[in-house]
Amino acid sequence: MTPFTILTGVAAPLPLANVDTDKIIPARFLKTIKRTGLGVHLFDTLRYDETGAERPEFVLNQPAYRHAEILVAHENFGCGSSREHAPWALLDFGIRCVIAPDFADIFHNNCFKNGILPVRLPREVCDQLIEDSKLGGNARITVDLERQVVVRPDGTEVHFEIDAFRKNSLLHGLDDIGQTLQHAPAIDGFESREKTEKSWMPAISVG
Amino acid sequence: MPKQNPRTLFDKVWDSHVVEKLPDGTCVLYIDRHLVHEVTSPQAFEGLRMAGRKVRRPDATIAVVDHNIHTTDRSLPIVEEDSRIQVETLERNVVDFGVPYFPLRDARQGIVHVIGPEQGISLPGFTIVCGDSHTSTHGAMGALAFGIGTSEVEHVLATQTLLQKPAKNMLVRVDGKLAHGCTAKDIVLAIIGRIGTAGGTGHVIEFGGEAIRALDMSGRMTVCNMSIEAGARAGMIAPDDVTFAYIKGRPFAPQGEAFDHAVAYWRTLPSDDGAVYDTTVVLNAAELVPQVTWGTSPETVAPITGVVPDPEAADDEAKRVQLRRMLSYMGLTAGQKLSDIPIDVVFIGSCTNSRIEDLRAAADVLRGRKIAERVRGMVVPGSGLIKQQAEAEGLDRVFIEAGLEWREAGCSMCLGMNPDKIKSGERCASTSNRNFEGRQGQGGRTHLLSPAMAAAAAVKGHLTDVREFV
Ligand code: SF4
Repeated sequence: MTPFTILTGVAAPLPLANVDTDKIIPARFLKTIKRTGLGVHLFDTLRYDETGAERPEFVLNQPAYRHAEILVAHENFGCGSSREHAPWALLDFGIRCVIAPDFADIFHNNCFKNGILPVRLPREVCDQLIEDSKLGGNARITVDLERQVVVRPDGTEVHFEIDAFRKNSLLHGLDDIGQTLQHAPAIDGFESREKTEKSWMPAISVG
Repeated sequence: MPKQNPRTLFDKVWDSHVVEKLPDGTCVLYIDRHLVHEVTSPQAFEGLRMAGRKVRRPDATIAVVDHNIHTTDRSLPIVEEDSRIQVETLERNVVDFGVPYFPLRDARQGIVHVIGPEQGISLPGFTIVCGDSHTSTHGAMGALAFGIGTSEVEHVLATQTLLQKPAKNMLVRVDGKLAHGCTAKDIVLAIIGRIGTAGGTGHVIEFGGEAIRALDMSGRMTVCNMSIEAGARAGMIAPDDVTFAYIKGRPFAPQGEAFDHAVAYWRTLPSDDGAVYDTTVVLNAAELVPQVTWGTSPETVAPITGVVPDPEAADDEAKRVQLRRMLSYMGLTAGQKLSDIPIDVVFIGSCTNSRIEDLRAAADVLRGRKIAERVRGMVVPGSGLIKQQAEAEGLDRVFIEAGLEWREAGCSMCLGMNPDKIKSGERCASTSNRNFEGRQGQGGRTHLLSPAMAAAAAVKGHLTDVREFV
């Protein structure tokens, strides 16, 4: 996983509440075998019309936001189906950070598993950042994970909270698997105890 | 040693799988069985490959194809390209990583949640996971079984563990004897109707009581299967002699002396007297009437003797808006008798109701009868072995003579990821578990019910009370 330390980039304003994972990536794109390549379908129904042409009014179709790395939205971002394709699509587009008043649980979890930083900030602050981001390429926002601050274009800093375990994982690009493997001796020990205590336990093998 | 507090079945299974408890309460939880299918695993194997990791316990893992595959002639290839690619990808992955696999043309192939118990892979006291929410089915064995996301699939493949926090305990006790014409499906639909689709959130539900104990393993699986529809993390039923008799002799179950040792251990699993549940719900099975859903959420369920409810009677506006939308999607009007609703399609199958007992119950209604002219439908067994068994009993003839299609095993019309879909505006009496908008095909309308109720609806051409038939 790519570490997340400091990100300075263009933020795209998406002042919508309850953006569900179906909106982020519709179900018809789940038949893929890759995590990558979903970026072109990110927000598919909002982004393209029936003919597949871009809707010019949608924020990510506007020249200033085509390379946005931050998304600022309203309440309950990422609700609905648990599909991990949602953070995959965001990441593939280039979004590394989503700022919103709150997030749906599973989506929130899935972000961390994919190196995306979800930042919870009060609605008023999100609205200020949405105003800032309307300045497009003239207004870069900085997200500093180490110091837990979002720096607005005018230099004002806003503090945010984050779980210490998750912060550390993101800062060092540690994936859950890497961290669990630090407990490998305990897992080995568990397995060898089971071998004696549950010696009846069969192995699966198909010839 | 100090005497331990009384513990629930869930507590016991959980406690015995904690490898390590981290300072914030997260546990490294050991996983005994990992079931893998073609839709949620490709990116997990890709992740292993990129990190140069192996599958830690191929001998605790089993892979099968079920979601995408066609249920017609198995000698023909999969036509849809993206489905074929997902299947071929799994086939390459199981070879590269040495994972045991039941291929499409193996008689043991079937819906992942049907084959686990059938093969003796899912056993009491186990932790069982799969990248699929209906993994809760395996809880019928007395296991802790739950669905996981793709990153977690990769995590289990690599480490045979998951990072988890414990759930709360909920007891759903179903007292009394099941009323005439009612089945396990009616029990679980009534439970979801009672507690709602978020009723079990944060909990693992243990199902108990006389009516649950009286169910066979197939019925117990139906109940646990749909615990996810009540929002629960998992559903469980304490193992007993019915469970042990079911397991004995299954291919991947312990055999001979090992089986006896296992049973001795499994007998220690049921909840202790005095174990405390965070939430308890009680139902009386004797009061049940066969159930059917009328809306686009499994909690919108009513007895077949009832009517479509009036959205305007709901207490808040948000709810009224939601119900109005449901009725408009379903093409129903308030006050309409449920038993008057005409149907176009019947689907008997899915991990909820595709076991031999389900097929027998449907065949008992259909024997010597024909389905209504307006209806088309299919019967899709849960596994190749169930298909063989049904054919040995002549059930296939009953279905075919009644006018239904007899198919090969798979998920099929439960979610229409393969060619088995209903058309926009069509109405389906379905034995599956989800009636969401578009679940069985874009614009399709789903009514969930038991296999016997589905068979009765097929004969009449509209939803109907199966008690007239049995
Ligand atoms: S039968 Fe339906 S619910 Fe069951 S695993 Fe297949 S798609 Fe999921």
